[in-house]
Amino acid sequence: MAISARRRRTGLAAWGFALPFTILFAVFMLVPVASSLYMAFTDMHGADLRTPWAVNFVGFDNFAAALADPKFQQAAGNTLYFVGVAMPLTLGIALLLAVLLNSGLVWFRSVFRVGFYAPVVTSIVAVAVVWRFLLQPDFGIVNSALGLVGIDGPRWLTDEVWAMPSLIMMATWRNVGYSMVILLAGLQGIPRDLYEASAIDGAGAVRQFRSITVPLLRPTLLFCAVITGIGYLQFFEEPFVMTQGGPLGATNSVAYEVFNQFGFGNYGLSAAMSYVLFVAIVILSYLQFRLLRTEK
Amino acid sequence: MTVLTERPRTRRPAGDQPSEGRSAARRFTPRAILLNVVLLLGLAASFGPLVWMIVSSVKPEGEIRQFPPTLFPEQPTWDNYTELFATLDFPRFFANSVVVALAVTVGSVLFSAMVGYALAKLDFPGRRVLFLLIMGTLMVPGMVTFVPLFVLVANLDLINTYAALILPFLAAPFGVFLMRQFMLDIPDELLDAARVDGAGEFRTFFAVVLPQTKPALATLGILTFLGSWNNFLWPLVAVQSADKYTLPVALALYSTGQNTVQYGLLVAGATVIVLPILIVFLALQRHIVQGISTTGLK
Repeated sequence: MAISARRRRTGLAAWGFALPFTILFAVFMLVPVASSLYMAFTDMHGADLRTPWAVNFVGFDNFAAALADPKFQQAAGNTLYFVGVAMPLTLGIALLLAVLLNSGLVWFRSVFRVGFYAPVVTSIVAVAVVWRFLLQPDFGIVNSALGLVGIDGPRWLTDEVWAMPSLIMMATWRNVGYSMVILLAGLQGIPRDLYEASAIDGAGAVRQFRSITVPLLRPTLLFCAVITGIGYLQFFEEPFVMTQGGPLGATNSVAYEVFNQFGFGNYGLSAAMSYVLFVAIVILSYLQFRLLRTEK
Repeated sequence: MTVLTERPRTRRPAGDQPSEGRSAARRFTPRAILLNVVLLLGLAASFGPLVWMIVSSVKPEGEIRQFPPTLFPEQPTWDNYTELFATLDFPRFFANSVVVALAVTVGSVLFSAMVGYALAKLDFPGRRVLFLLIMGTLMVPGMVTFVPLFVLVANLDLINTYAALILPFLAAPFGVFLMRQFMLDIPDELLDAARVDGAGEFRTFFAVVLPQTKPALATLGILTFLGSWNNFLWPLVAVQSADKYTLPVALALYSTGQNTVQYGLLVAGATVIVLPILIVFLALQRHIVQGISTTGLK
């Protein structure tokens, strides 16, 4: 009796702790996730904003329309292009910097760490101002510097070929610091004795990197790959502030197309597209877990 | 790759020495110098653009466009800031940003800690379901909830209110995940001792649990503040009148809504957004970096 009464009391107290978050979570997260799924199967438009229940079910029409839409196809291709190049680039540079910083020979480790991480904490809107100037074709710093060595730099953000590489550079610049900090912490967790023991056994530096660093860093690399992949698949902010998806849709992304269709008032289509993106994120994360999980 | 492979090789003699080989002489071998020069170039690439932004904000328009850019302004001027604060009401946007970010931070951290505690340490009906629901939404992309959130907020008549800028961000699943992870490490004996001493559940939470989780609270607080301060897409659609604009919204609208580009004003606006964050970051960098790495390694 006493025990069950006490349990009931702690149960009440526990819900007391959980309730404020749970209410907000239900209203502002669960309801939107569920209604997004609902909207994806209806013909809801901007005009139905105040009467979201007075819409027609259209089955998979929105999904079919999205997949058949050349603009969506282009956006999906661009997103894959972005993830496929920016993700290995970001992780590669982050790993390189982390390994370099982990060396005992670095002069001011915390200065470097802070400097590499600083872009992560800055606002994309502010960063856009800076990068638009850096990449300005006539007097921007990048083309002026290229001019010094006799290279006639492209019109970065308005060139169909160069716009995406520009955004890849920018996204890499902004995200390297995050993975670097986590990888550095992972590297510092690898016992030094392992390197010394393997050196005695005659292992060279490359061999040590492949046989000690990479396997022991695998869980950390996996974490960075999943987080970076999830973020990069939602590629939106860079094109939004830099190119508005142009030129000629060359930097349009799936997330951007979701936003555009929302802007056009095609709420159902927009929701369907966002679920396509969701599925892509789940698939990519699953593949990464399969690929990078610790081998038994 | 060549530089990358040097580290273990230079490590090897260090192993023979009694100390960990941090002697000053080793730090100035050609190899060490090459390593540090590579890192310095990287630093120039990552931090240089931000230095350029801050320095350019006190230059006149003509000097901003000079190449190579001057590190110290030849004709330093506050004109960009004067104009920014006089004609564009940046003090108001700044205050909005501060109010929203503080409200989101305090609310989100407190609620996450409370529910995290319940999930980690208390037994209650529905605990498993609640935990799975919260974890399940961790991977949901922002774009999935974006449109229905707008529909919802419109129907709650919250468009163009501070509530629209604050309330949706108090339901962040990541914070719960982080707090629960940390609270799992608090020994049960500590909580039992407090209860035996007659402390109620709420007293136990505020007097015993919260002090134990200070590092996690600090990390989550900083990350939440940063996220809110830099957030721009939702405020861009959720508020429509200028008196509710946050800094990034104001700068985004201003920088895209004009024909002639005035870089002076733009970099000054960008500096107003970035500099406070950069100062906070430099002051707290040890905690931030440690916090980030532990969230990644947990």
